[in-house]
Amino acid sequence: MTDQSAGRSGFPPAYLDRVGSSFTDFLGITAPDLLPGRRPLPAMPLGEVGPHATTIVAVTYGDGVLMGGDRRATMGNLISSRDIEKVYAADSWSVIGIAGAAGIAIEMVRLYQVELEHYEKIEGMTMSLDGKANRLAAMIRGNLGAAMQGLAVVPLFAGYDLDAAEGTSPGRVFSYDVTGGNYEENGYTAVGSGSLFAKSSLKKTWRPGLSADAATRTVVESLYDAADDDSATGGPDMVRKLYPIVYRVDAEGAVRLSDDQVSSVAATIVAERTAADGQG
Amino acid sequence: MTMPYYASAEQVMRDRSEYARKGISRGRSVAVVTYSDGVLFIAENPSSTLHKVGELYDRIGFAAVGRYSEFESLRVAGVRLADVRGYSYNRRDVTGRVIANAYAQTLGAIFTEQMKPYEVELCVAEVGETPEHDQLYRLTFDGSVVDEPDFVVMGGQAEAVSGHLREHFLPGMGLAEALRVGVRALSAVSPATAANGGGHDQLPAEQLEVAVLDRRRPKRAFRRVVGVALRSLLGDESAAAAEDEPAAEAAHVHAPSTPAPGTPPGLGDPGAVDTAGGTEHAAGQPAVTDGAGGETDGKGDTTSVTEDR
Repeated sequence: MTDQSAGRSGFPPAYLDRVGSSFTDFLGITAPDLLPGRRPLPAMPLGEVGPHATTIVAVTYGDGVLMGGDRRATMGNLISSRDIEKVYAADSWSVIGIAGAAGIAIEMVRLYQVELEHYEKIEGMTMSLDGKANRLAAMIRGNLGAAMQGLAVVPLFAGYDLDAAEGTSPGRVFSYDVTGGNYEENGYTAVGSGSLFAKSSLKKTWRPGLSADAATRTVVESLYDAADDDSATGGPDMVRKLYPIVYRVDAEGAVRLSDDQVSSVAATIVAERTAADGQG
Repeated sequence: MTMPYYASAEQVMRDRSEYARKGISRGRSVAVVTYSDGVLFIAENPSSTLHKVGELYDRIGFAAVGRYSEFESLRVAGVRLADVRGYSYNRRDVTGRVIANAYAQTLGAIFTEQMKPYEVELCVAEVGETPEHDQLYRLTFDGSVVDEPDFVVMGGQAEAVSGHLREHFLPGMGLAEALRVGVRALSAVSPATAANGGGHDQLPAEQLEVAVLDRRRPKRAFRRVVGVALRSLLGDESAAAAEDEPAAEAAHVHAPSTPAPGTPPGLGDPGAVDTAGGTEHAAGQPAVTDGAGGETDGKGDTTSVTEDR
């Protein structure tokens, strides 16, 4: 019975072994070809073979954490997508944003979402926030070979810590590097091509303990600033009504802000910059 | 393996059936009942961590009776099959029928090929867009699969509980009423109730494991009903059985507008974002009970524990 799917004889033996609660590990045993990072790669750099996703920012605030991403994907000097979504809810209490090779990144997000849900179902409880951050680091580490060929994926992870100690902010942000390094960030961070400008913006606008509305503004404004100076980051697109995607995670879980909410924030920022006589 | 004496195939199968049947009937019963918004699982289960009811996928739930270690490994296999299939195809391509078939094949193979059959009986329930599309598959130890309408009762004195339900079940009951009918049916035969020498009029919340597949929820339909939500649903029943239905319904859909941090809403508003995820430890319990207790380890160790008998 080496058949890998449930065939005529029911579950293959691996399905009935009580080996662990990780979906990735299980796929590694039963269907390794489904995993990103387990595929043979050509021995030369791949160059621009697929779209790249760009700037993601995350900030903590008084009651939780916010993550936002612009909508642009680029391929070399071309804009390959104006409405790509790069921020996702990983589960009920955490969000993940991705920068880098879009194809691999989106596959990784999908795998990561199943990983968290699978653990939840098998164990009957949610993984700790640090556990989730570590699982993601392991996944990035597995992609190092592809990263060396030019298909790097660098995520940003943020979540609401259900076990947060009294008096500490329940919202936490984690950043990564291509080798799977996992760093908890204090307050705010950004990844992707426009991250330098987004971080500079946040440095001036972000303060500890902001309200949700004020923090939302810092997120949208930092993406505006990134789009201002980085050609691979898209600004709010009033013509096509495309606005950054912003997720909020607080005591009630991960929620995507509606386009109306984000567009009104973006409109305010654009109006203020316009009023500055072209110096905004 | 060589048999010392000749035994006819018929005799061997009969012995195995009898063995499995005895094992299953020693446990306590589980009832799976359809109601207007989905499927309700009610298990008599004093343990709050060794579950008899679980989530398999977005619209699919699982209930089992018998030997814990055996049905737990089957539950895990079902979750794995659903997740692998959903990941490699699409979430919509995971159906209760696929999982029920895999269980049937596996149980059938074990029954015919191994000395000891699995002492389990399973129910795979799937909730559809409308009540007509709800499916309940009952799987027995020998791998037979039956598609049952309305309700399924397994384990313990299943016949008696079924009889009770058959009398009182009505299609399209609300959640509170379905729970009332189900709990009353289980209480009629439970050793924990006064009628059978126990201390309760009917099964209390602590003795029950209750969950629903609620078709109104956007993605993952499975929710455990625990703590305050369960007590209020049960309490409405004993205090004011004749009380109008909306009151009980309101109690279960009410989501506190500002829950304390770390308190996932019990059932929550079905229209709201899917926040209750798998943090099934209930509204009523403090969050520390799950984090600190090392439940994960405990669970791994207890797979050898046999069913309460």
